[in-house]
This record gives sequence, C-alpha cells and structure tokens, in this order.
Amino acid sequence: MKPKHQRMVLAALAMVAVVGAGGLALSGLRDEAAFFYAPADAKEAPPETGRAVRLGGMVAAGSIQRAADGVTIDFVVTDGKESVPVTFTGVVPDLFKEDSGVVAEGHFNADGSFTATNLLAKHDERYMPPEVAGAMHKSETLDQ
Amino acid sequence: MIAEAGLAALWLAAAMALFQIGMAWAGASGGADSPLYLRATRGVALAQGVLAATAFAMLIWVFARSDMSVLLVVDNSHSLKPMLYKLSGAWGNHEGSMLLWVTVLAVAGAAVALFERRLEERTLAATLGAQALIGMGFYAFLLFASNPFARINPAPADGQGLNPLLQDPGLAFHPPTLYFGYVGLSVAFSFAVGALLVRDVGPAFARAMRPWVLAAWIFLTIGITAGSYWAYYELGWGGWWFWDPVENASLMPWLAATALLHSVTVLATRDGLRAWTLMLAVVAFSMSMVGTFLVRSGILTSVHAFAVDPLRGSFILILLGLYIGGALLLFATRVGTVKQGATFEFVSREGALVINNLLLSVILGVVLIGTLYPLVAQAMGEQLSIGAPFFNKVTVPVALALVVVTVAGPLLRWRRDTWRALGRRMLMPFAASIAAAMLLFLFARDAGLYPILGLIFAAGLAVGSLLPLVGRNLRRTPLHIWGMAIAHLGVAVSIAGMAADSGFTKERLAAIPIGESLEVGPYRVTLADVGPTVGPNWSALEARLEARRGEGAVFLLRPQQRYFSNPVTSTSEAAIATRWDGQLYAVLGNGSDQGRWQLRLWWKPFVTLIWGGGGLIALGGVLSLVGRLWRERRKRQAEEDDE
Repeated sequence: MKPKHQRMVLAALAMVAVVGAGGLALSGLRDEAAFFYAPADAKEAPPETGRAVRLGGMVAAGSIQRAADGVTIDFVVTDGKESVPVTFTGVVPDLFKEDSGVVAEGHFNADGSFTATNLLAKHDERYMPPEVAGAMHKSETLDQ
Repeated sequence: MIAEAGLAALWLAAAMALFQIGMAWAGASGGADSPLYLRATRGVALAQGVLAATAFAMLIWVFARSDMSVLLVVDNSHSLKPMLYKLSGAWGNHEGSMLLWVTVLAVAGAAVALFERRLEERTLAATLGAQALIGMGFYAFLLFASNPFARINPAPADGQGLNPLLQDPGLAFHPPTLYFGYVGLSVAFSFAVGALLVRDVGPAFARAMRPWVLAAWIFLTIGITAGSYWAYYELGWGGWWFWDPVENASLMPWLAATALLHSVTVLATRDGLRAWTLMLAVVAFSMSMVGTFLVRSGILTSVHAFAVDPLRGSFILILLGLYIGGALLLFATRVGTVKQGATFEFVSREGALVINNLLLSVILGVVLIGTLYPLVAQAMGEQLSIGAPFFNKVTVPVALALVVVTVAGPLLRWRRDTWRALGRRMLMPFAASIAAAMLLFLFARDAGLYPILGLIFAAGLAVGSLLPLVGRNLRRTPLHIWGMAIAHLGVAVSIAGMAADSGFTKERLAAIPIGESLEVGPYRVTLADVGPTVGPNWSALEARLEARRGEGAVFLLRPQQRYFSNPVTSTSEAAIATRWDGQLYAVLGNGSDQGRWQLRLWWKPFVTLIWGGGGLIALGGVLSLVGRLWRERRKRQAEEDDE
C-alpha cells in the first residue's frame, strides 16, 4: 500500500469509529435511556409498563406507609399537579422523608403505580435533585 | 501571615508562568539569541514549580494548624478532626483542588525542564511554553475567581467540618492520584503542541512523551480502581460502578490515555501513526479538562456530592473551549506539514493497535455522548437522565471485541504477518475460552448472557496475555514485555471479577428482630445485638452480626449507622468480610417500633478480582515504565562512556 493510501485508509477508519460511536450511542439512547418522568408527564403520556425509567418529585406529606415485612414502603410522589403511588422494597436513603425531593428508579405498572428498585436522595438537606426542581417548575408554570 | 505568603507565592508563580511563555516564544522562534532564551526557559519553569509548590505547602499548613481566619479552612475543616482529614481537607474542596491541579502542573513542568534530555531544544522550549499557557488559565481562575487563601473577618470559633463521606483514607488520596493522571496528560498535550509548533514529530518525540503518558495512565488506573472500591464500601449500596458522571469523568481520560499509550508505542518503535498520536494527545488532555469541568462545575447531577457554582463552571468551560479549540486549530493548520510515517500491512502489530485505538475511541465516544447528552437535552428544555442500562448495552459488546484484539495484538509481528500464523498462535487462548464455556455450561447455565460471555473472554485473554512470555528466557525478558503481559492479564482478571459479581451475587433484604438469622449464599448470619458506639467525631448505632459458613468458625460483622454533628449528616458504614472466594457484605438499615432491624446482605463471589485486576494493570504499567527508563539510562551511560 502506498503511504498516501494508507493515510486515507486510517482517516477513513477514524471516521468509521466516530460515526460508529455516534450511531451506537443514538440507537442506545432511543431504546435504553432511563427517561425522567414527573408525575404530570406520566399522566399525560405514560411510558410503557416495565420499561426502566426514573420518576422524580416530592414525597407527599403523610403518604409514607410501612408494610408488615419491615422493608417495603408505600408512598406517593407528587409534583403539585399529579401524583403517583410508589412501592419500594429496600433500605431507604438517610434523607428520604416526607415533603422532600426524591428520584425513584424503577418501572410503571399497568395500573399507573410505580415499582421502585432504587431511591436517590442526597446527603445534603438543602439539596433538591435538579430534575425535580425542573419538573416542579414545569408543572407550576403549566398551572398558570 | 502564612496565608498571605501562600497568596504571594501564587501570584509570583503566575508571573513566572507568564514570563515562561515569553521566554519559550523567544527561544523557539530560533533567533540569534535563542540559546540564551532556551536556558532561561528551563530556569523559569523550575522557579514556577517551586513557587506553586510553596503556595500549596502554605495551604496545607493553614489546614494543619486549623487557622480559622482563612475562609476555606472554616468551610472545610474542624479543629476536632483527625489530622489526616485536616490535611486532606486542603484538597477535598473546590479551591484547594484547583490549587493542587496547578501545583502538579507546575511541578511537572519543572521536572520536564530539569530531566528532559531527549528532545530537541526548540521543541522542549515550545513544550514548556505550552505547559505555562495551560497553567496561566488556572492561575487566573484561582487568583480572580476562587482564592484559596481568602480571609474571613471576624474569624469564627470553629470550622464547619468536612463532608463525612469524604472522611475516609481512600478518598483522602483519591483526588491527588487522579490529578497526577490528568496533569501527566497535560504534559503529553504540551509535547504534542510543542512538536506541532516546531514541526518535529518522530520517534524521538514519541520516546520523550511515552514515560509521561505511561505515568499519567498508571495514576489514572490506580485512581479509578481506588475510587471504585471506595464507592463500593463507603456508599453501602454494594455496587462498584454506577456510570455516574463523576466516575465517567475519570474513565474518559483513561480510555484516551490507553489508546494514546498504544499509539505512542507504534510511533516510538516503528515511526507510524504520527498524526493519529498527536490527535490522541490532544483528545486525552481534552478529556482531563472535560473531567475537571464535570466534577468541579457541579453542572450534572451526581450521586457524589460536590460544590455547585455555575460561575466557576462557566470559567472552566471557557478555559476548556480555549485550550481544546486552540489545540484543534493548531492541529488542523499544522498536521499537513507532519510527514507521513512508516507504513505497514494491515495484519501486523501496528494493524492490531490501530483496531485497538478505534475500539477504544468508540467506547470513549459513547461514554462522552452518554455523559453529556443530558446536559444538551437540558439546554433544549428536556429533562432526562441516562443510566447504567444504556452504558452497559452499548459498551459491553465493543469491550468484548476489544478483548479479542488485546489477545491478538501481542501475538502479531511488527510490520507484516499472516492470518495463518496468527490463527495458529490464537489456538491456545481459543482452547481456554472453549474450556471455560464448557465449564459454565455444566455448572452455571443461568448466570446471564453478559456474565457468561465475560468469563469466556476473560479465560481466553488470561491465557493469551501470558503467551508472549512463553518460550523466552524469563530472566532476560525485558521488563516492558513483562509489563504488557501483566497489564493484559490484569484486564482479564478484572473482567472475570465483574462477570462473577454480576452473574453470581446473592442478596437478602429483611427486617428481623435480635436473635433471628438470615441465609445468604453459603452463609448464615445472625443478628446478635444492636447498640451505640462512638468515634472521634461521630456517634453510631452498631449491629453485631454473627456469620457462619456451613460448619466453619463464627465471625463478627459490625455494620454501623453513623451520625456526624459537624455538619449534621448520617452515613451507613457497611461491614465487609473478605474471603479467598468473595466478600460477605452487610448493611444496617433502620430500626422499627416493633424492635426489628433492616439488614441487607450480599454474598459476592470473586468480586475482589475487579480491583485486584486494576492493581495488576497498574503494576504492569509501573514495570513497563521502570524498564524503559532503566534501559535508556544504561544506553545514555554507554554513550557517555564511549566519548
């Protein structure tokens, strides 16, 4: 192979890598990205049941209920407009409490409830997940 | 006074950096006086390193003395803290870590000025100039936007403490390790810029750059491995990788550095891949900057809690744009003048390294897109987050292909080889994979697709990585060959650990009263007691768990719920028992009114291989670095003896 040709081949391969990475990423994003839902989004256009998504909002006051097995809890996530009942089995994060922000990872069920496999709440009292802040903001603006 | 001395040293260091740019410019331009300027550049770089190190030493000093008239100490320290965390408090925050960044940068520049003998003088001057230019941005950032030595008046009686999550020996040394890696890549970047400026790209340049890339890569490897283990035992969720933006921030430079390490070897050994290597040097440093930006701007949501300040974020973003944009511009305008290097056949060591580089680039691209896409989406008004399913689905297949190339590469000859010879040499690794597949089919059919594939590929790679040592006189084998074999073996070991963890982990979660037992994997764990305990700056509820495997001896596990008063936080301290074939991992949850305690238990077979493999990879790097430096020293001595 002539030097010039080799250079062209290498450049072409580099392009293939870049395009390949972009294509892979886009196809992955279409199928697998755990999209973020606020309760109002879920009411408006519910994601298909069973798909891995994140649900974010505030834990509604007085909604936390502990099941008899000691590790399952039920609570309601709200964005001030709509609300979704959530079931979670596991150790809740330290700062998980009523009237504070939470992001739940899991999936929606056919009846519109949510089964969480993981809860995210930060180790900082002032912290509100940006997604939640954004979702609250959106719902509030929609109300007006 | 000490804080003022530190600030003064910082200003002087910044002035030196400015001076260094001027000297380097005059020296590299090649005028009549340039030898004088070249010597001056080395001296100035040395002075800059000493001054920056002085400033950093002053910062450590005010932290060690708990000088509460310095704002940064108030915000990040407390007089009652153990000394180690007082010291690590100096860099466990935004300002301090930026000062550490620029200090390592300046000291690395001084080291180049002091020790670099291989490069042509003009290239060296251009390199030192580029290094100082990078430094200037950070000096400006520190002096104008985040002064670490700012005083507070009146001084409070005591500080606010350090985020308890950061009070851990692992994390005390974690950021410096990563920064050494980042900054090592900045030196490689400066070399590339210097080489482009004076149009001098060849094997000598690659040999000069290689130790820096290697050193940076070793630090990044150690940093990522240690960070992963820290997240695993400190966050108490039993996972070792979250695909969190902060984790990706360290993974991306590592991927780029790994590609660069392999391509710089082609350039040093065979004088091929000239433009490609320069490009990778630019990309690798860009990834360090992107990493710094992601971690320090707080622009992305992360499970790791760090300071959030949009103004500083934009400052780093501007620096990022200037450096990367400038380097890409220089690359675009100059790369045409870089002469074509040596050519090679596709089936050859170089060919395999090109494929390795492409696959690494694809993984890097995917991780970059996955990490930044939420940001872009946010800018367009859409809230979304991307999690592990995306990254696993997209990167694992590419990584498995990369494993095959990693086996094939070292078995190929430089320049030209044949498919047939390669096929013959691949027989042993292939047989190992088949054997692993059969064992898994017999004993672990239900482990899941990825874990099974991972173990099969790991078995082939483990055997394949050792083949380059077979048939050699092992005592006379050069250290860098050992290094390569051990690093590749480390990759196999890590992959085996990841596969075993995701395929065979057993989990139990329940709330039980004292005296009751749970079974997880081969263990029976009894909750013996829960009681209070205290540490230097925390109090805790501690559970005593009696664990027993079959008829074996009973041993204790003590997971805790810790409460810190400064600042008010609580953390969950997992208890981990390590055995040769895995780890038993216990977390204490909340207690209930009925006297039951939440317990979460995991039995994780062979999970330790993940970090053991990381250690082997780093060890391979160290052997390679030592071997190369040793060899060069001997060669130089021989040359001096001849004269």
